[in-house]
Amino acid sequence: MSDRRTVLSVEHLTMRFGGLVAVDDLSFTAAHGEITALIGPNGAGKTTVFNCITGFYKPSEGRIALAHGDAKIWEALDDVTESGARRLLRGDGALYLLERMPEYLVTRQARVARTFQNIRLFPGMTVLENLLVAQHNPLMLASGYTLFGVLGLPSYAAAERAAIEKARQWLERIGLVDRADRPAGALPYGAQRRLEVARAMCTDPLLLCLDEPAAGLNPRESHELNDLLLAIRADYGISILLIEHDMSVVMKISDHIVVLDYGVKIADGAPQQVRDDPRVVAAYLGVADEEVARVEAEVGL
Amino acid sequence: MSAAPNTRIDVARALRDAAWTALLAFGLFLPLIGFLTVQNLNNTLILETRFGLLATFVAITALGRLAYELVIAPMRARAALRPAPAKPSRLRLLMAMLGRGFTPFGIGFIVVYPVIVLTINGTGGAVKWIDNFGIQIMIYVMLGWGLNIVVGLAGLLDLGYVAFYAVGAYSYALLAKNFGLTFWMLLPLSGILAAFWGILLGFPVLRLRGDYLAIVTLAFGEIIRLVLINWVPVTNGYAGISGVPRPTFFGIPFNASDEGFAAVFGLEFTPLYRTIFLYYVILALALVTAFVTLRLRRLPVGRAWEALREDEIACRALGINTTNTKLTAFAMGAMFAGFAGSFFAARQGFISPESFTFLESATIVAIVVLGGMGSMVGVAVAAIVVIGGTEIMRDLDFLKQIFGDTFDPTQYRMLFFGLGMVLIMVWRPRGFVETRQPSVALKERMAISADLVKEGRG
Amino acid sequence: MEVFVQQLINGITLGSIYGLIAIGYTMVYGIIGMVNFAHGDVFMVSVFIALVALMILTSWLGVAPIALALLIVLIVSMVFTSIVNWTIERVAYRPLRGSFRLAPLISAIGMSIFLSNFVQVAQGPRNKSIPPMLNDVIVLMSGNGYDVTVSYKQIAIWLTTAVLLTVFALLVARTSLGRAQRACEQDQKMAALLGVDVDRTISITFVIAAALAAVAGTMYLMYYGVVSFYDGFVPGIKAFTAAVLGGIGSLPGAVLGGLLIGLIETMWSAYFSIDYKDVAAFCVLVITLIFLPQGLLGRPDVEKV
Repeated sequence: MSDRRTVLSVEHLTMRFGGLVAVDDLSFTAAHGEITALIGPNGAGKTTVFNCITGFYKPSEGRIALAHGDAKIWEALDDVTESGARRLLRGDGALYLLERMPEYLVTRQARVARTFQNIRLFPGMTVLENLLVAQHNPLMLASGYTLFGVLGLPSYAAAERAAIEKARQWLERIGLVDRADRPAGALPYGAQRRLEVARAMCTDPLLLCLDEPAAGLNPRESHELNDLLLAIRADYGISILLIEHDMSVVMKISDHIVVLDYGVKIADGAPQQVRDDPRVVAAYLGVADEEVARVEAEVGL
Repeated sequence: MSAAPNTRIDVARALRDAAWTALLAFGLFLPLIGFLTVQNLNNTLILETRFGLLATFVAITALGRLAYELVIAPMRARAALRPAPAKPSRLRLLMAMLGRGFTPFGIGFIVVYPVIVLTINGTGGAVKWIDNFGIQIMIYVMLGWGLNIVVGLAGLLDLGYVAFYAVGAYSYALLAKNFGLTFWMLLPLSGILAAFWGILLGFPVLRLRGDYLAIVTLAFGEIIRLVLINWVPVTNGYAGISGVPRPTFFGIPFNASDEGFAAVFGLEFTPLYRTIFLYYVILALALVTAFVTLRLRRLPVGRAWEALREDEIACRALGINTTNTKLTAFAMGAMFAGFAGSFFAARQGFISPESFTFLESATIVAIVVLGGMGSMVGVAVAAIVVIGGTEIMRDLDFLKQIFGDTFDPTQYRMLFFGLGMVLIMVWRPRGFVETRQPSVALKERMAISADLVKEGRG
Repeated sequence: MEVFVQQLINGITLGSIYGLIAIGYTMVYGIIGMVNFAHGDVFMVSVFIALVALMILTSWLGVAPIALALLIVLIVSMVFTSIVNWTIERVAYRPLRGSFRLAPLISAIGMSIFLSNFVQVAQGPRNKSIPPMLNDVIVLMSGNGYDVTVSYKQIAIWLTTAVLLTVFALLVARTSLGRAQRACEQDQKMAALLGVDVDRTISITFVIAAALAAVAGTMYLMYYGVVSFYDGFVPGIKAFTAAVLGGIGSLPGAVLGGLLIGLIETMWSAYFSIDYKDVAAFCVLVITLIFLPQGLLGRPDVEKV
């Protein structure tokens, strides 16, 4: 492991569905404050990896660990694993074993947020309401688990105003403030994608997992997405894990790329390294490694 | 898929369609209308014919189809082709104005309803109107608002809601009769017991999706009813529990004695006083239900319910424990049913398993769906239409003069209820109210059309 | 021992009837994803139709061989019940096809209420009973002063169920209609784009469901000899339980589920208490849905995230 502070460590992740092996012995790390991209042809198992990381699937094998705070917390990893606990909370940080946690705790405690390949907004609720649902947990606490709210205590009203203000700031950042009271389902596609990102950010995450955020966006919108993600990284210092097919996004903003093919990792490194890797090219072209040079010559690459 | 609206009147085709319809109607009605199985004096089953009646049915159906093809369909086609007016018509503007005033007017009307009835009918006739209509409808409004939390807001399909109603009623009946606790003490207690049952029943089943949740809740409702029927030592089975203590006016009973309400207030005794008191009690309970629901909708828990209905997986991805969210919805709905149940037992003085059938659950679900979009006003209007409609049908004695003395309109009540359910769903699948009001707004609250709002997958 | 074998025979008979009704539930749920609440009442209507047909044949037309009469009654009932179900689908369900989930359900419940009350009003609320028929039995074994018998009626029911199950399972698996049904099950829009007549396929499915319910209805009339307008709800729920138990969408599963429910109900009544026998069926439903929602022969449903 490099001396970059690791935030996420995936070790020997295997996911089987009946007889089908979707992910096979995958190991990689994501460094703190970096944008890590997970790429590969369709059906490579990328969304499955996401679902394992975010607690929607329980992996067949493997360990997925997430760290908050000081890098020294990683030393306790094996102890936590053996003890059977889900997490370790210490003064200098925390360690979470994500494969042992249900999805809502992965978001709430481990502070991992995600977006979906097929946009999952709340279409019948307004843009503003979508962002308020994201702040459910702090608001629930402030409402005294509803009791203070029903009684109409001012402490809840203040918390709600703060939540609305936070939502408004995000809406300004993504340019949707004028449409705050419109139903989310009526937004144009590009706006819906941006809203999903903003909604994920409203949960105050430390790791943001984006599943094909640029899917269906035109080049201008992809460019704006790049700016948004880089700005988020700069302003909030969070780490981003990205599944993407759009190479203009991947190559421009990633610090680190992991390539998957049929559930197996075939490359792992800096963007330039990965782009020139013959195995990667072969996977995307759909030919065996040895054939690559010949096919490239034929095609004129 | 529909073709372009055809404004031409094609008489030949209309006649042909009517002929096919007549044939279809013949096939449909021949076995059970054309023939009658009846027991003769020897108690054996014999067959009689009613071909005249059959001919009437076929004729009405065929003529109806003909009328549709010749008159109604071209009218609708012409209306569809007319361009939409640039400015809303004066009628539309009037409707919009009325719509805004509807809720305060409605509440005002409901509050002074007994007074109106008294002035029109006098003390004699008023009891029936206040009790069978007013109180009965208010109970269903409250039940509808309670189930609205589960079905309308959280999108969970509960077909066994009557079970919680029964828990409320039987717990009040048994505890009041055997332990002498008063109505006001037992009211919150029944609610808590029902909520507890809600959590107990909800816990194993809330991870089931959509239709499966519906079937399981239906099964639970039936199991509870069957237990009520068969557990005779406790529930007295089919015979039910009678002599349930009636509510008092804060300690003063409503009877003809010297300590009774009438005597204490220097008035002449009439059952009207208790009826009016009960009416205002259920009105208060219903308004509390409405108040709590509206409040909850603006709180995180209510927003979580609606988000759950829209997309459960997205909720989980936002850190919301959806199991707890569902349980809370279930428990709150159950609690209000418990309140309603204990009121019901107190008002009747007698309860039996007959009142807690699947038909009741289905009726309440129909009221909520008919209301539309989780709207409180919609549910109230739906309850008035459905319950008021079926109650009025009890009263149609004048039809005896048309159809003869053997005609019993109450038999047809349920027939038209079922038919009505089908027709209303076909006419307005999303219910009366077709928009959703957001619970919070940055600048201005705008209604959201029904097309965008999800119904929930359970 | 003798009692057990007799109950086994009775249970399988009852279960066959449930199984035939259950096939109707499972086929309709498979193709339009809706629990047809009215199906139990369609079954009840078919029993009444069979009753009327039988009375016409025996009392008026004087058809003496009872087996021949029953065969004609079977066909007549299948035809008329199919007309009823076809109309129900066109009137109450087709206009609601689409993304709204609750509306078809309420419509089905309304249709169920309408059907049972229609029969109550049209034919009167009393039980209709006819003298028992086909009473010959074969004695299998005797012991403890008790004869274990199986009647020709029961054998007829078993054979009919087995034959129909095989025929329809093959229909779904091998014919183009079956293929069209499976395509509509998986993706209606795509099937329509590829030229499958979705409306016709769904109508045919409802007709098949009705025909099978009518077979069950005729068997029911032959076996029990009594029917009433409220005989739709509880058998309907039990048949649906059978469909869920066997795995919704699976035809053999529906019959398997039916047999199990029939056996559970018969054994429970014999060895425990007849009062709670319906509770037993509902509890089976609840337990199945909680622990094995895909049923015995169904495939687990993994939700795509």
